[in-house]
Amino acid sequence: MADHDNYTRTRWLAPAFVVAALALLPVAAHWTGQTYYQVIGTRIMVFALAAAGLNLILGFGALVSMGHALYLGVGAYSVAILSHYGVSSGWIHLATALAISTACAFVIGAVCLRATGVAFIMITLAFAQMFYFLAIGLRAFGGDEGLQISLRSRFGPLDLSDATTLYYVAFAVLMLTLVAMHRLVHARFGLLLRGVKNNERRMRALGFPVRRYQLVAYVLSALVCTMAGLLLANLTRFASPSYMAWNVSGELIVLVILGGLGTVIGPVVGAGVWIVLEETLTSFGLGLPNDGDAWMREHWLGFLGLLIVWVALSMRSGLYGSLVRRRGGTER
Amino acid sequence: MSLLSVRQLVKRFGGVLATDHLDLEFQAGELHAVIGPNGAGKTTLINLLSGELPSTQGSIVFQGRDITQLPVDARALRGVARSYQVTSVFTEFTAAENVILAVQARSGHSFSFWRPVLADRSLREPALEMLATVGLLRLADERVCNLAYGECRQLEIAMTLAMQPKVLLLDEPMAGMSQRESQSIVDLLLRLKGEYAIVLVEHDMDAVFALADRISVLVYGRCIATGSAENIRSSSEVKAAYLGGEETTL
Amino acid sequence: MTWALLATQLLNGLQLGVLLFLLSAGLTLVLGIMNFVNLAHGSLYMMGAYFAAALYGRTESFLLAAIGALAGTLALGATLERLVISKLYQRDHLDQVMATSGLILVLNEVVRIVWGVSPMFIGLPEALRKTVTVMGFQYPAYRFLVIAVGLLMGAGLYLLIHRTVVGMLIRAGASNAPMVSALGVNIGRINALVFAAGAGLAGVAGAMAAPIFSVQPGMGESVLIQVLVVIVTGGVGSVRGAFYAALIVGVVDTIGRVLLPSLLGQLFESSVAQAAGPALGSILIYLMMAVVLAVRPKGLFPVKHG
Repeated sequence: MADHDNYTRTRWLAPAFVVAALALLPVAAHWTGQTYYQVIGTRIMVFALAAAGLNLILGFGALVSMGHALYLGVGAYSVAILSHYGVSSGWIHLATALAISTACAFVIGAVCLRATGVAFIMITLAFAQMFYFLAIGLRAFGGDEGLQISLRSRFGPLDLSDATTLYYVAFAVLMLTLVAMHRLVHARFGLLLRGVKNNERRMRALGFPVRRYQLVAYVLSALVCTMAGLLLANLTRFASPSYMAWNVSGELIVLVILGGLGTVIGPVVGAGVWIVLEETLTSFGLGLPNDGDAWMREHWLGFLGLLIVWVALSMRSGLYGSLVRRRGGTER
Repeated sequence: MSLLSVRQLVKRFGGVLATDHLDLEFQAGELHAVIGPNGAGKTTLINLLSGELPSTQGSIVFQGRDITQLPVDARALRGVARSYQVTSVFTEFTAAENVILAVQARSGHSFSFWRPVLADRSLREPALEMLATVGLLRLADERVCNLAYGECRQLEIAMTLAMQPKVLLLDEPMAGMSQRESQSIVDLLLRLKGEYAIVLVEHDMDAVFALADRISVLVYGRCIATGSAENIRSSSEVKAAYLGGEETTL
Repeated sequence: MTWALLATQLLNGLQLGVLLFLLSAGLTLVLGIMNFVNLAHGSLYMMGAYFAAALYGRTESFLLAAIGALAGTLALGATLERLVISKLYQRDHLDQVMATSGLILVLNEVVRIVWGVSPMFIGLPEALRKTVTVMGFQYPAYRFLVIAVGLLMGAGLYLLIHRTVVGMLIRAGASNAPMVSALGVNIGRINALVFAAGAGLAGVAGAMAAPIFSVQPGMGESVLIQVLVVIVTGGVGSVRGAFYAALIVGVVDTIGRVLLPSLLGQLFESSVAQAAGPALGSILIYLMMAVVLAVRPKGLFPVKHG
């Protein structure tokens, strides 16, 4: 029984550490005067949120969606377009974004789920491209140059144009989402989803109308990504078709895998590692000799590409997943 | 009227006629065994009955209603449950969770996002009861990947029973089992006989003759004989088709 | 909308379709036989274009450039297959998506390092720079060549797949890969062959596209997505499906982009129509794909699985 206690304690240690680190980051940033770290932290949390959304259907549900970035775009453009017309209420931004995403996700999900396996992946990718081109075609709203956001979201007294407010709002949204996801995974819906991932054929034979539940899961994951898109727009003060490009969808998948499929905190770990790595390679440098840093700053994408290939070939359960597995328990 | 019947059922795979105009009846409370040499189309029949394979022609009638066009999950909810020849359980879950899923399928919808499913007594208690019925209660919280092969087969049956079916389609439940393990399945089926209609596909002849009320013999997708165990045992046609004319005790 | 313009666009669409076919034939076989999602296929197309451009710069011979591109991508495909791809056949699609996405990044970077960031342009030999008069209008001779070569290769592929032993094994593999393996055929060699051949086809497509489109890093991604639409519409694993779907997608996309904006602009006066036209034109093929899938989830010419 002592082993079990040890294991339970360890299982909560890592997430608790991550949460604490994120909660205290702005304090440290202000104290050292390096407010740029706060921006990076916000970016990590935004992408952690998006990855968490994808994780619902990818990590727990085994649906490989290569098109989730489109919901990031919906969230971002909702803010941008409404702001363009002078609306600064965050509540309206949020409601609009969620409404549009729900409608789109239901239709797109229903069409995509008619396909299985490889075809599903490709169709989700095609739909994301569709939205990408749609955004480029919207010349009134910036076209391929994107749209500047002048009025950022205001939720009552909380004005997201203040960097620290934005940070803690993002933090709150991320935490609430993770808690909700934890509950969902252990509720009937979550058990069903995980059952489908493990043995879809058997689920149908038991009497579950599988597609119905997959569609709902897809819509829920889309909504989480939409919220991330809203926060991203507030962070960058910009909405661009590039938010919906295929490589962003691919990046989200990488974040989920890096962190470990099927764990709730995994996406946060994945996002943290990835973005820190990206920042290090492009800005801070690794301290490589012989102009190595400059070379790296030029070609960091290729280097990350190699890393991705390596992770895909060697790591079966991601960074966090590997950590949990070594403790010898189920990743929950 | 029979509980489940197939009429002129045909299944073609390209040029191959796997199921050749079958006419079979399965009665409530009866254990009806389907036997035949390999390639006779026995598993195909189970797949057609459960809905995993769409039929080419013919109809399947259950409780007086034509279910030929119904998908797998709809048939399952009506009471047509199957177990698999190659064990098909949820390896990542515990035994209890496996059966809980089976119970969950028929206890309303699963759009429940907040309450922990494992704490739900209305799901947990029937699940544990079912595990007890097949003799697996002590392994309830053990992950399935740690279970022995025979125990997984028992779990298969527990899950199938948890669906509160009216007809059980059992596809070689004793495949790959030792003598002792097979005997425990036979004992279990003897206990269940009478409560359900059971369609049993099996190669283990001892078990078939111990359990079956009626036997149908399939060869190359056609039913060449149907009758009581005695009739089938003494039928020369069956011996010829099955054993190639050799004299052997069945 | 003159007849000449319509006919020109039709031929352009055919030309695009033929290129898409060369690309999708290889990819759909890889998908159908090895059940492998190769997102880096577009990068092989890019490498073909770069090899061709580089060789043409050295040799001034278009023929040599094309052959060199074919040889180069065959070799590259074979190498990638041995080093990375073959290790992922048994893994789930997620790992394959990830690995090949990584390969895209790596290959893009390699191209940037070797040839720089700015687009390369490949000239054409005198003979091919002419225009040909067809049915009363002028059409570039080179594009005709592309169409002809593409159709020829399509015919060649058809003969290969339907009339040779190797082709029979490939078809069997697309229908039931484990069975082929169980029959004692060295499925590893077939896989390597199919993958390399697919890469070669992509390389040829790239070489032929080089004079028409600009050769730059990342040119593979946009065409890849059109290829995916073709494969999904035609049916995964079906070369015949890829052929018809490629031609349809090529024509619909080209004509849609040209016709729709002017059509909408003529029907509706508003600026909304002006804006919506190009946007709609570019998403037309995706809408078409969605409609096809709604009606026939497995594509227009799906492979029947044994």
